[in-house]
Parts: sequence; C-alpha cells; structure tokens
Amino acid sequence: MEEGHPATYDEVQKIHPLYFNIVKKRYWWFALSLLIIVPGIISLFMQGLNLGIDFKGGTMIEMTFKNPANQAAITDTMKSVGLLGPSVQMSSGNTALIRTSALDQDKQNELMTALQTKVGEYEKTTLKVDLVGPAMGQELTRNAFKALIIAIGLMIAYISFRFQFVFAISGIIALLHDVLVVVGLFSLFQWQIDSTFVAAVLTIFGYSINDTVVIFDRIRENEAKMKRGDSYEDMVDKSVWQTMHRSVNTVTTVLIALFSIFILGGESTKVFSLAMLIGVFSGAYSSIFNASQILVEIKKHMKPYPIYE
Amino acid sequence: MRRGNIIKLVALVLFVAVAVALSIKPLVDPAKGIPLGLDLRGGVHLVLQAEPNKNGALITSDEMDKAKAIIAKRVNDLGVSEPIVQVDYDKKRVVVDLAGITDPDKAVDILKTTAKLTFRDPKGNIVLQGDELTDARAGQGQDPNQGFIVNLTFSSDGTKKFTDLTTKYIGQQIGIYLDDKLLKNPEVRMPITNGQAYIDHYATLEAAANDAVLMRSGSLPVSMSIAEKRQVGASLGIDFLHKSIKAGIYGLIFIFLFMLVFYRLPGVVADFSLIVYGLIVLWIFWMFRVVLTLPGIAGFILSIGMAVDFNIIIYERVKEEVLAGKSLRAGIESGFSRAFITVIDAHVTTFIAAMTLYYFGTGSIKGFALTLGVGIIASLFTAITFTRFVLRLIVGISPKLETTWFGVRRAI
Repeated sequence: MEEGHPATYDEVQKIHPLYFNIVKKRYWWFALSLLIIVPGIISLFMQGLNLGIDFKGGTMIEMTFKNPANQAAITDTMKSVGLLGPSVQMSSGNTALIRTSALDQDKQNELMTALQTKVGEYEKTTLKVDLVGPAMGQELTRNAFKALIIAIGLMIAYISFRFQFVFAISGIIALLHDVLVVVGLFSLFQWQIDSTFVAAVLTIFGYSINDTVVIFDRIRENEAKMKRGDSYEDMVDKSVWQTMHRSVNTVTTVLIALFSIFILGGESTKVFSLAMLIGVFSGAYSSIFNASQILVEIKKHMKPYPIYE
Repeated sequence: MRRGNIIKLVALVLFVAVAVALSIKPLVDPAKGIPLGLDLRGGVHLVLQAEPNKNGALITSDEMDKAKAIIAKRVNDLGVSEPIVQVDYDKKRVVVDLAGITDPDKAVDILKTTAKLTFRDPKGNIVLQGDELTDARAGQGQDPNQGFIVNLTFSSDGTKKFTDLTTKYIGQQIGIYLDDKLLKNPEVRMPITNGQAYIDHYATLEAAANDAVLMRSGSLPVSMSIAEKRQVGASLGIDFLHKSIKAGIYGLIFIFLFMLVFYRLPGVVADFSLIVYGLIVLWIFWMFRVVLTLPGIAGFILSIGMAVDFNIIIYERVKEEVLAGKSLRAGIESGFSRAFITVIDAHVTTFIAAMTLYYFGTGSIKGFALTLGVGIIASLFTAITFTRFVLRLIVGISPKLETTWFGVRRAI
C-alpha cells in the first residue's frame, strides 16, 4: 500500500460526480435565501403570526359526538350560552374543534350541558379541553424570547471560544436565516402556532448550527494546512465538498424521523414536526450554501488577506 | 485473533438481544415502568393562580402552603391515584396533576372552590362559621328513605351555638353555604344538643362525599383562579401514545434501511448501536423517573435521527482516510479521534439549545427538552464506547477485509 496523503482539491472534485463550485456562486445562494425570507418578513409585519390559545389565552375543546353532528347546531348552541364569534371546525363528521375565549369552569359546564342537550351525546373519554389564561400566554411569549436570546449568546460564546469570532457571526447569521424561513413561512400561510412551535424553533436553533459547525470544523482543519498562495475560497469550497456526504446523509436521517412524526404522530405534534421539517431542511441548505460563504465574504472584507481568484 | 473476535461479536449480539428482550417488560410496566405524562394516559393538569388579596396585602408563602395543604387534602379525598400537588412560591401558583380521573370537570369544581363554609338563618344572616365544624363524613342513612347522608361533628363551642340555633329555628331551614353558593338547605326537625348532626337525602354516595370534602377541608386562605387547564380524555391519551409509538417504529425502520444501504457493514454496526442507544435512553428515563410526554416522545424520535450522526461523521471520515491510502484499521483509529472533536463541537450547540429550553420551558416543553438533552449525551456515550468497540472487533477479524464492505470504492 502506498503512503497516504490528504485529498487534494482536484481529488475532492473528482469524487463527487455532481461537483460544482459552491463558493463562487455564493451570490446566487444569497439571492435564493432572500427570495424566501423577504416575503416572510413582509408577511410578519403585515399579518403577524396566527397565534393559538397558548399565546393568546382561550379555551379549546375537542369533542367527539356519538352521532354525526352539525356545525351550525354547535355554533347556535354556543351563541345561546352567550359566546360570540366562536370558531368551530369539524373533522370526520363527529369530531368538533371549538375555539373560544377563556371560559371559567362554570361557563364551560354550562356550554357542555347545552351541547349535550342540543347537539347530542359526546364521548367523555375522548374529550380534550385546553384552557390558557391570558397571563400564561404572555409568559410563554416572554420566556420564548428570553430563551432565544440566551441561546444565541451562549452559542456565540462557544463558537468564538472553539473557532473564531467571525465563524460565530457567520454561523449565527445562517441560523437566523433558518429561524426567519420557518417563522416567515408560518406567517405567510397563517398556520396556527402553539407552544410546541417555540420548542421547534429553539431546537432548529441548536440543530442547524450543528451542521454548520461540522463544515467549520473542516475549514478550521484545512485552514491550518494552507500554504502561501493558496486561495481561501478554494479551501472553503473543498471543505464544503469534503463534508457534503455527511451533511446530506445526516439531514436525511433526521428528516426521516421528522416525516414519520409528521405523518403518523397525530394532530398534536403536527405543528412541531412541520416547523422542524422546514427548519432542518433550511438548516442544511444554509449550512452548505450560506454559512461558509458568509465567512468567505467577511474574511475578504476584513483584511487584505491573500485571496487569489 | 480472528476466531476470538468472531466469538466476542456473536456474544455481544446475543447479549444485546437478551437485554432488549428482558427490558421490554419492566420498561412498559404500567406501575413501575417509565411514567407517562397526563397527555398520554388521560387526566387533568391544572395551574391555579392565587388572586391578589382585595386589601392589597401580599400573599405570603405561609398562605400558599396552607392553600396547598387544603388542595392536597381535597385531591386525596377525590380518590385519585398518585396525585401531584406542587407550589410555585414566586408566581403564587399551585400546580395539580390528576391522572386517570373519570370526571375532571367535577374535580376542578371541588379543587378551586374557595369554600368558606357558613350556616345562615332563614333570613340569610350568618349565624355559625365553618371553622366550628370539626368533621364531615359521608355515609348511608340508617333509614333507607334517608338516602345518603353527610354526618357533621361540631367543636364544643360550635355544639353550644348549634344547640341554640336548632332550638330557635325548629321547623325552619338553616342554609349551608360555600362562599355565596347554597350547598344544602336542610330543615331542622329537632334541637340538636350533642354536636352530631346530619344532612340527608343525597341521591348518591359520591354527591354526599363531595360535599363532605368541601365542608371538612375548610376554606382556602386565598381565592384561586384557573390559569391553565389541560384536560385529556383517557382513551384519547392512549390513542396519542399508540400513534407516537407507531411513528417511532416507522422512523426507526427507515433510518435502519438508509444506513444499511449507504454504509453496508458499518451501517449494520450503526443500526446495532442505535438499538443499544435506545435501550440506554429508555433505562435512563426509567431510572430518573422522567415523565414521558407527547412532545417528549417526539424529542426521542428526533434524537434517534440525530444519534446516527456520529456514525455518519466517523464513517465518512474513515472513507476519506482509507481513500487517502490508510489501512482500514488505521483509518478507523484516526477517523475516530478526528471525528470526535467535530462531534463534540457540533453537539454542544444542540445541547445548549436543549438546556435553555429546559430552563425556560413549561410543562410538556420541559419534557421535550429533557429527552433531547438525555438523547444527545447518550448518543455520545454509545458512539465513543460501543460503536468504536464493535468496529475494532470487526476490523480485527481479518486485515484483508474488503473495503467495499465499508462503502469505499478505491477508484483512483
């Protein structure tokens, strides 16, 4: 066996049949990201997010009637006990999802009795009631923002400590990109969010940087081996391609897990898994196509570094 | 060397298979297995917020303790198994978890009632305070026509007052009020002088017991409102549980297949490690009584997807090392040590997110953060110890192992 040597840029290009220069085309990637993010941001300002009762406070009742129920009958019954503008959604004929303002126990009992007499008997064992007071909703929003800011702070500190401050900044920009994609899409399509959405966003936060760090790790390794006159851009492009298999395969396994939760996991985890699916996908994209390219861009403008085109 | 390694490998596979077989029963045992959250077995999660006093005085921790004690007493009288009652002194809250309860609405009614018990004359004036009552018990009336009854016992002071009252209002009604709500309006048939009275004509024993609980547990020192209520019907919870288990199984199968197709022999090792990983995580849950919630299971399934990451990083690294001309064995050693740094850096960030979420999250979100955090640590542990050990055993079998088994094509 001949003496081994680390792969050269040419060899790395040869291994990947789909090779193209990712770093050179960076402005295309930035443009593509903006194309998705900008409408999302505009939508966020125009119509905001569709907040569920976890944030706004309110009562949500999911009930299954023993016989097919009529949506109009439910709405009428709700009006008869003085609940204005309630929203009723029917699924599979028997199951109703009722959203209304926060009801106290007496009011809820009154409503349930009225529904039972006017609409029909319902299954007690499949009844689901969520009541969130307005104060709890505000607390959730406040805590979510606090958690996000603290997580950003800790991650910048950790990456700066393990790599360099520029790496941390590039990584965090890519990360904010992922969060904006998720939040923006949820705003654009007005998908209703609940408290699991907060968990999803924070997990995306932790997970998408994971992908980026693996690529940065390779850049750090290759940077140390750079010779005089080597191009920083080429070195980054090589690093991105060297970790390509890993980036794609890891994301695939996570997406497999998320798809099975999304398809089979039932209604309660739909919001969570949808947000995660979008976030993980966007995270993989931004790790490969944005993070390292932002790094190149910053390094290029920071100092007259020997970058040869 | 060769035969020894094969024997060790076979023994290891058998050992893990036996461990899995022996683990299933204790882990899913309904009583002693991994505890399930309310969303998975049905029940009510209640957050009761103490309302600020009307006179503006601060609610003291002492009052919160008293409120907790009274609520705990009422909960115990409901006959729920393993109820949880906790106090949050900072936010002035009492959190109550009742699992497997049949009529949650009634339970909520009983728990949050401020329940200041008073006896009032026919004109509605308060004539006796509830604190004079020392006990109230439900029972069956001696005469079958009486139906079910609540037996009342008064203190010595109360006995005197009650004697006067029952003498004065004979033939009239004395109202028993909880706060301003009339609970019962019994008629006085004869003067009661021994401090032992009863209220009769309850339709069911349960109704009598509910009133008895309210009467004897006394009043809450502060009034409570429901800040949050999560109520899940029992069969709905089981449905959620089955769905998420199904999701987990399918996710696992497809991840298994993916690793097998892409990484061949090491893929088998990765799948094998994944089983060990799952076993470790579940036993940690079991050991620390981590309550499994719906988001918690989602976190666990997600962590399975992430756990193979370590294997992927290492295998890709090994491929590179072998392509660069190293032997398989040397490739694995250097691949491991190099990939280790990468993996640590990458997972610390996810771990940071999980911990922040745990710290700030509430309820089921905490459960998610916890399973994710435990998952990350367990996957690191499994990869460093188990995966490496098995891979070493395999390459130790023969130095002339086909590198294609490792998915490496030496084309150059």
